[in-house]
Amino acid sequence: MSAMAEPASFRARVAAAVADPRLAEAIARTTGTARRKRAAAVASWADFASARALGRDIKDHVIAHLGHYLALFERNARASGAEVHWARTAQEACDITVRICRAAGARRVTRAKSMLGEEIGLPHALREAGIERIETDLAEHIIQLAGERPSHIVWPALHKTREQVAELFRARHHDAARGADVAALVASARRELRAGFFAAEVGISGANFLIADSGAVCTVTNEGNAELTTTPPRVHIVTAGIEKLVPSTAHAMTLLRLLVRSATGAEVTQYTTFHCGPKRAGDPDGPEAFHIVLVDNGRTRMLAEGLREMLRCLRCGACLNHCVVFRTIGGHAYGGTYPGPMGAVLTPALDGLAANRDLPQACTLNGQCQEVCPVAIPLPKLLRGWRDRSWREGLEPATLRRSLALWRFCVLRPRLYRLAAGGAVRLVRMFARNGWIRRMPFAGGWTRDRDFPAPPARTFLEQYHRSSSARGERR
Amino acid sequence: MKPRVALFVTCLVDLFRPTVGFAAIRLLEQAGCAVEVPRAQTCCGQPAYNSGDRATTRDLARAILDAFGGYDYVVVPSGSCGGMLRAHLPHLFDDDPNLRARADALAARTYELVSFLTRVMGVETVEATYEGTVTYHDSCSGLRELGIKDEPRRLLGSVRGLTLAEMAEPELCCGFGGTFAVKYPEISVRMVADKARDAAAAGADTLLAGDLGCLLNMAGRLSREGSPLKLRHVAEVLAGMTGECPPIGQPARR
Ligand code: SF4
Repeated sequence: MSAMAEPASFRARVAAAVADPRLAEAIARTTGTARRKRAAAVASWADFASARALGRDIKDHVIAHLGHYLALFERNARASGAEVHWARTAQEACDITVRICRAAGARRVTRAKSMLGEEIGLPHALREAGIERIETDLAEHIIQLAGERPSHIVWPALHKTREQVAELFRARHHDAARGADVAALVASARRELRAGFFAAEVGISGANFLIADSGAVCTVTNEGNAELTTTPPRVHIVTAGIEKLVPSTAHAMTLLRLLVRSATGAEVTQYTTFHCGPKRAGDPDGPEAFHIVLVDNGRTRMLAEGLREMLRCLRCGACLNHCVVFRTIGGHAYGGTYPGPMGAVLTPALDGLAANRDLPQACTLNGQCQEVCPVAIPLPKLLRGWRDRSWREGLEPATLRRSLALWRFCVLRPRLYRLAAGGAVRLVRMFARNGWIRRMPFAGGWTRDRDFPAPPARTFLEQYHRSSSARGERR
Repeated sequence: MKPRVALFVTCLVDLFRPTVGFAAIRLLEQAGCAVEVPRAQTCCGQPAYNSGDRATTRDLARAILDAFGGYDYVVVPSGSCGGMLRAHLPHLFDDDPNLRARADALAARTYELVSFLTRVMGVETVEATYEGTVTYHDSCSGLRELGIKDEPRRLLGSVRGLTLAEMAEPELCCGFGGTFAVKYPEISVRMVADKARDAAAAGADTLLAGDLGCLLNMAGRLSREGSPLKLRHVAEVLAGMTGECPPIGQPARR
């Protein structure tokens, strides 16, 4: 997927990430602002808790009646003049999209940021098809220039500092900005991109909501690039996951409030657009043809595999911004399209558990993600579900299985456990100096960068039962 | 009649910090409980549960149901082991109505120590003195699974001589996460180093928490960094036992 080689293993990607001080700086800046603004937005929203419960219920309702709402959406979208396509897999979705582009005689397409497009590998498919792709979202443009993958679902270029972006633009833009302030960088990108906006034959966007009772597609952006992507070209293609359905515009608005406040802490997005069918007679602008590609790509399988709650996800990014693991390792370390807690749940479903078994394990299950999720997805529970499966399928390392088997043998036999515990603390004490253990065999994971306090010579149970039998008590 | 309380010591306290168990007993007895320590106890099962080994977790959970079934309350000096018994244990038996009912009954009678003292026994103040400025780390499971936030701070507020100074992010995970700390040390150490920085910046001389796992992790990192910060389980301060036992990792003065 990436033009730049990334290390193949999770551990190697983590090692690369924690060794990069600029990455830490970039993550801290953006996620810090996001956390602060979200906290303020939630604090000033008296009814946040009930809005959150309502958001959860709306999503659960749609997912429970997915067939009904999909049929309704399709009927209404067709009635508005849109063409609706169904894609079971990522490959099918890309094939359909490329076919439409070819039929429109497109050599060049503009694209507005869409995580689903990344998920199905659309940038790659367009390149294979020899179709030039212009990313209209500023951050996606940065990613494209750098030949990288997005590292965050809301801010794809989160891993780059402003200074790094300025450097990149100086190297690659025809008329690059000199400074590194945001306004200059935006102007630089605008000069570079604008002409392309109007030369494209096809515009491709994602969808934030698919509105069943009208057949409309809702997109939200802050740069207005989605509108420039979807209006001037002759053909507009929407690629959307089937979980984006909502019954009506009112439901979309309820979810939009949750989405925006959770993502950026703003009240609303700058641009909220409803696309409903192609240009009609008398319309001043709009595409001549409007295609909607509805993508499953594992979603119905997730329903059957105990990941139903994950289909509530609004892709707001709050769980990423608050996750202390994400803050430490950044998005690329996760290896998939989706990083952070939601990615650790989704990536094994999309790309297979065996190749991604680290993702559900590399988590302290601290629960902050669930606490901030605007649709109350029980992310820790879902991660545990992957751990259970990984254990069942024998994907966990033999050393872990062996030590847990030994542990099991002891903890199920309290008398043996007390003996073993007493022996263990006295053994461990032999490695202590001045109250601390600085190195110990088989404990490198702990002691490489941490000490371990020396335990006392007797366990609690030894001390307690000795003194209680001295007092003549019997238990 | 005094309520009969079974102390679930937790394996970490048993092995590495017996003082916490004795502090818990003292606090419970001061609050008017009759405390017992069932012999047939080992661990709450989190190492297996969090590794995905459901079968072992269930087997251990059944043993816990047997050992701790007959008491008025079960009290645990740990938010994460308390959370395991209260929030997770019942779901291990979703497919077995009999065991599920027993697990629900146990969960309803199980409390983390500080929340038990305040919520059930109505303890408002403690008889203890601690000269120093402390900062309190909210361990994740206690905070998010059991809703413990104010209780330890309220009781600490009644300790003579004690000043509380908050960290910038007291609710941020310290990077322990059980086996996570040894499975992913690169990530865990970065997290605990950030925590250590936050604790140092709070201007406290003592760092307290209600979970020994977090405390061992934070103490281990702070020791490696050569920090003078003292670490203790909150129960030791509330029970007034700091004179009887040095902070974590410091040799006993004799
Ligand atoms: S899981 Fe929740 S918090 Fe995370 S992106 Fe999805 S909706 Fe947002």
